[in-house]
Amino acid sequence: MNILNLFILLPLAMLLALWAARNLRQIRSVMVVGSSLLLALSIYLTIDFISQRSAGADAPFLYAASWTWYAPLNICYSIGVDGISVAMILLSAIIVFTGTFASWRLQPLTKEFFLWYVLLSLGVFGFFISTDMFAMFMFYETALIPMYLLIGVWGSGKKEYSAMKLTLMLMGGSAFLLMGILGIYFGSGATTMNILEIAEMGNIPVNIQYIFFPLTFLGFGVLGALFPFHTWSPDGHASAPTSVSMLHAGVLMKLGGYGCFRIAMYLLPQAANDLAWIFIILTTISVVYGALSAISQTDLKYINAYSSVSHCGLVLFALLMMTRTSCTGAILQMLSHGLMTALFFALIGMIYGRTHTRDIRELSGLMKIMPFLSVGYIIAGLANLGLPGFSGFIAEMTIFVGSFEQPDLFHRCVTIIACTSIVITAVYILRVVGKILYGVCKNEHHLALTDATWDERFTVICLIACVAGLGILPMWVSNLIDGGVGNIFSIIYP
Amino acid sequence: MNYIQFLEMRPEVSLLAIFVAVFVYDLVARGKWRHYFHPVVCLLLMLHTAICLGESYREAELFSGMYYTCPMIGIVKTILTGGTLLLVMQANKWLRSANTTHKQGEFYTLLLSTLFGMYIMISARHFLLFFIGMELASLPLACLVAFDKYRHHSAEAGVKYILTSMFSSAVMLYGISFIYGTTGTLYFADVANNITGVPLQVFALVLFFAGLGFKISLVPFHLWTADTYQGAPTVVSSYLSVISKGAAAFTLMVVLIQVFAPMIKYWQTILYILTVLSITIANLFAIRQTDLKRFMAFSSISQAGYIMLAVIGGSKEGMSALVYYVLVYIFANLAVFGIIETIEHHTRSNVSRDDCNGLYKTNPKLAFLMTLALFSLAGIPPFAGFFSKFFVFMSAFKAEFWVLVFIALINTVISLYYYLLIVKAMYITPNDNPIPYFPSSKYSRISFVVCLAGIILLGICSFVFEEIDKFSFGM
Repeated sequence: MNILNLFILLPLAMLLALWAARNLRQIRSVMVVGSSLLLALSIYLTIDFISQRSAGADAPFLYAASWTWYAPLNICYSIGVDGISVAMILLSAIIVFTGTFASWRLQPLTKEFFLWYVLLSLGVFGFFISTDMFAMFMFYETALIPMYLLIGVWGSGKKEYSAMKLTLMLMGGSAFLLMGILGIYFGSGATTMNILEIAEMGNIPVNIQYIFFPLTFLGFGVLGALFPFHTWSPDGHASAPTSVSMLHAGVLMKLGGYGCFRIAMYLLPQAANDLAWIFIILTTISVVYGALSAISQTDLKYINAYSSVSHCGLVLFALLMMTRTSCTGAILQMLSHGLMTALFFALIGMIYGRTHTRDIRELSGLMKIMPFLSVGYIIAGLANLGLPGFSGFIAEMTIFVGSFEQPDLFHRCVTIIACTSIVITAVYILRVVGKILYGVCKNEHHLALTDATWDERFTVICLIACVAGLGILPMWVSNLIDGGVGNIFSIIYP
Repeated sequence: MNYIQFLEMRPEVSLLAIFVAVFVYDLVARGKWRHYFHPVVCLLLMLHTAICLGESYREAELFSGMYYTCPMIGIVKTILTGGTLLLVMQANKWLRSANTTHKQGEFYTLLLSTLFGMYIMISARHFLLFFIGMELASLPLACLVAFDKYRHHSAEAGVKYILTSMFSSAVMLYGISFIYGTTGTLYFADVANNITGVPLQVFALVLFFAGLGFKISLVPFHLWTADTYQGAPTVVSSYLSVISKGAAAFTLMVVLIQVFAPMIKYWQTILYILTVLSITIANLFAIRQTDLKRFMAFSSISQAGYIMLAVIGGSKEGMSALVYYVLVYIFANLAVFGIIETIEHHTRSNVSRDDCNGLYKTNPKLAFLMTLALFSLAGIPPFAGFFSKFFVFMSAFKAEFWVLVFIALINTVISLYYYLLIVKAMYITPNDNPIPYFPSSKYSRISFVVCLAGIILLGICSFVFEEIDKFSFGM
């Protein structure tokens, strides 16, 4: 029994159990048991992976296995993980786990909510463990469609518009992506859809690469909030319920960066080198424009959504810089952003649940009323603006140092431009913190509000521990992902 | 004459036997026996499906080469029969309603004779037999479309259908006459040997295409579709959209690759244009429909366009993708039409999208099945529709129709939009007065379970596709 299969089977079992669940208590217990098992499993996987690596297992993918699925079309269900996927699986498990607690009191239709929620996480886990392009694409789309109902039914604000916009834009992206995948498969003339084998063959003609690299990169880039295809993200995040925002910003947007790295750049290396400049310009715009937009927003969720655009742009930016350091930084940034944003959205959801407004002009002096949440918010904010000791600092530092290693003028210039986002981030974070947490509370209804309940505290503490852990012990994670990055990097930049 | 050879056409023989049995039953059954009419037909059809399924896969040629059967054809016939069985099960309530119960027998006999026509059409290797089969498949359908003759719409739809159907047959016959004129034979194999691509033959191809285009309802031959689907009894619309369309699409592919193979450049160009038009125009029109049956009519036109993607390469992969697509499409579309049928029967009026508002609150199971079926139609994993769409794209991509695949892919996003509009109506749009809970009939429920199983399992269990792929053939 391959341990990776459990990441598919466990959510499936959860789906069945949820289907059979009769009351709220049973639903909650299924979710808690299931997501804790997933978390435990991913921790075990991480530890086991590290010990196998240090014992000398140097295959690109560990736990690799493959079962023929559609033999006539060379489609297999192949699985395997390298350091990057292990880190991503760990991140997903943490966020699914904490998201469960963040939606502890969600009403109505709790059962249906968790059904779609688990289906989404099934797609995410499946995507990260797959090494076959078909299976990856299938899991990718499986993860996208539940978003429509999760936002549309349980969201707030102009949820129908946002849900539709998000779904259609992401599906449009996956249309590009499917073109890219078919192009890679037929272009390489391979008799397999296995990523590793196609990469080792490395015989896709350059003119075909030029056609399909932009398609593939754009396809994943839409999910990674690449400018100008990021517009679904602010609306989607603002309307989504808390745990969905967490999962979406925390994990789903990482699918984009991961896919860009693993499929677009890894399999089409020549085009990636030649055409990177186009996307570098776009991602630089994402980084700066996202941060600037965040300054002018007044809705807490919009601020964080734009901040996500900026930070996810940084992931793609770093990948395209194509130095080993910057690519490592990109993966670190994915992890760090995933945890931070999940924390942010969790806190915003909790504040919104009490005050029923997310408009920063109507909030003030919350520090005295709900000290726990406020402190959490400050920590999240400081992590977000890159304070040393938290994960954000490590990631951004690695990215910018790595990017600056590129000696030519173009790369240096865009790196400097992208660096300005650090300052802008500080502006919008500190502005919000100052405005809503400090000062005198103007709204007297807010005075009667209570601080976090046990499930909320649990969520927040878990996430803060992870953010701080990544900040204090970065070597542990960067060692984990280094092998994977090196392997891909050796193909992209020989 | 060697009577043993009739044993080679077991599906046809057993279907005829059922036909006769139903006919006789209709004549003699009185009193409580009438009550058992529907179950008896279901049972007979089930038996027939089993016979088709167990049909020993072999090749045979009968009537000096006019009739031909091979494993692939056997599979297609089985698929069509299975679909018809599901459809008859869904028709239960409608058939027992006051206006139709006395003419149940007619419904079955007409339905079975169109099915017989399709069998002949698929198996024909001679244009004359082909034409007879096609006529047999379409004429009784006109009666079926006008089955609710007391409803104005149904009668009108029947007239529309028969006029366009006759017209298209005439056009096709004209095309066949050209073929005969230039090649001197009507046997597929001989025609193929004598095709040189002279202008008259190109003209014949175009006319032939137009004729079948009507049946598959490709744009620009689709104008009858929306009105007919809306007016016809839902069961019949459903039959038109899946069974009739599937049979015609398969036949088109067979004729193109077997007869018109030397003219591949011509028909690929025609197909290219028709596919783009069908998918795009149907999608754009579907967005604007509020009546669910009209909506499904346009959806089925665009689905036909996707099926054509499998035809265009003329390859072995294309045929597997086509048959698999039709199979998957039957389950999803029958589920949607079945749900429309039950709702319609309950509310006694046409179902519009607004009627679905809040359906999930009152009828969660129906709404859930509807959602899955729509997702499958839109090509969302892990449902079977995703796999069938992927394979269709793959076959067209392999034939190097990159731009075509891209256009089709962009169109899947548009189609997702209008499918999601229904999902939105059921789950999200608030409604103070949704359709109250109602139980659906036992037979519909069984068919729904089968559809659900098909939608979920067909994609994940790859052996169905592999079985199809084993027997498919191309140019």
